[in-house]
Amino acid sequence: MFNLNKNKLITLLKVQYSNMLEYRVEIALWAISGIIPFFMLNIWTNNNLNESINLSNVMLSRYFLSAFFVRQFSVVWVVFTFEEDALLGKISPYLIQPLNPFFRYFAQHIAEQITRFPFAIIIALIFFLINPESIWIPNLSLFLLACFSTFFSFLIQFLIQSIIACFCFWTEKASSIERLLFIPTLFLSGLLAPVISFPEYVKSWIYLTPFPYLIDFPANILSGNNTNIISGFFMQIFWISVLFPIFIRTWSLGTKKYTAMGS
Amino acid sequence: MKIKKYLKIYSLFLSTSIASELEYKTNVIIDFITAILSLVGSVFLLTIFFQNTDNIGGWNFEQALIIQGIYTILNGITNTWFNPNLTEIVKHIREGTLDFVLLKPLDSQFFISLNKIAPSGFLEIILGFALLFYCIGINQININLSFLLLCLTTLFCSIVILYSLWFLISTTTIWFVKTWNATEVLRSFLYIGRFPLNSFSFSLRIFFSIFVPIAFITTIPSEVFLGIALLWEILLEIIVAVIFFLVSRRFWLFALKYYTSASS
Repeated sequence: MFNLNKNKLITLLKVQYSNMLEYRVEIALWAISGIIPFFMLNIWTNNNLNESINLSNVMLSRYFLSAFFVRQFSVVWVVFTFEEDALLGKISPYLIQPLNPFFRYFAQHIAEQITRFPFAIIIALIFFLINPESIWIPNLSLFLLACFSTFFSFLIQFLIQSIIACFCFWTEKASSIERLLFIPTLFLSGLLAPVISFPEYVKSWIYLTPFPYLIDFPANILSGNNTNIISGFFMQIFWISVLFPIFIRTWSLGTKKYTAMGS
Repeated sequence: MKIKKYLKIYSLFLSTSIASELEYKTNVIIDFITAILSLVGSVFLLTIFFQNTDNIGGWNFEQALIIQGIYTILNGITNTWFNPNLTEIVKHIREGTLDFVLLKPLDSQFFISLNKIAPSGFLEIILGFALLFYCIGINQININLSFLLLCLTTLFCSIVILYSLWFLISTTTIWFVKTWNATEVLRSFLYIGRFPLNSFSFSLRIFFSIFVPIAFITTIPSEVFLGIALLWEILLEIIVAVIFFLVSRRFWLFALKYYTSASS
């Protein structure tokens, strides 16, 4: 049903990458808009809030820098593009092509992450200039594990948003559902406060939801903080395998429901 | 005469945009839930901060809630007026429809800034005021006429500064064409307004007082609310608001000279 081969994938990526390069400034601005974790770090260390969770200033700064990186490479916006395409009727020509349109969006995201990479590095360098004591080099195996878990985090968010995007076939404007879902993602994923600092009544159930695996888990691996790697990966793969069939199902139901422009 | 005309036009804007927003009814309801969750989330974050300490930057939990309330009101205003209108500028310029705006016998800034309204932000405004009333109770604040007048003045100044910031950044679209994300950067900076300015390090405090005057937007109104604001702070806020508004107006007129329409 996907009809994808290597050539198509490479062509898609190339096209989208050159597309993204044209709007470099825009992507640089996106990268800058992700610096909230640094402000949070400032509040944490400036008020010595981290003493209670047994994290030194250095480890906490590494955590928030890692959180920044994980967020940079797992940002998903497919629902907004899809909504616009659906409202303007651009979906129709995509549907005729012998390729699921979500591959196009997927390639867009990957291309955007590649374009983002240098900007994220620059921001990290500035961060190290200001906080030279927090410089660290993660060992290779942990680094690779962190890359994988970031990619899985991206996949989870991409699948969730794609499912929401499919609701466009019914409600036309699905981005408000995404904005609703963004709130728990923002507060529970570990972007603003590491999950270990959460009160017990939240910690007892949060590890069953997908949220801590979006930012907190990959950021902990990358920064070298303690985390249960095996159960983390297990939960990430579990959520991907739950969400993927749901996405396929909503997509096939949605395309049947779809009534192009003018009908 | 002129004010009467603009008021009449504004009431027309209101009715048409509310009608078109209400076409997506479920959307409005979902946005309401989002507003509530977002307030719950930020209070949750505050409780994490206050788990093991009784003050951040010299503000205790009950006082920090005031900042949260002011932030919620301002965020509601942003979502109701600034966000739906000022992100449109990008669209106008990319698609060349700014021509139609400029041709209208109306002030272009007026049209661009107030054409649309998103009613879902109203709930946030109401929630913010409700939180403030709650704070009056738990902080034992005495209300009198001068207190109310000062509060409203500083809040009004905050709104003016916030609007001018949004408008200034949106205006740069005339040169850069695709700065849809510049407002996103502003949004992430404004996020800081949820916390007392004193809880940041000195360098960030300077940055957020001078370049992005978040200090003026939420911290000073909250201090006024608590009755601990100094007179010069209030005067400074008024001056900053006036300057920002005038600059944003001048900048718009200046930028329009560089607008080269769709075909030229």
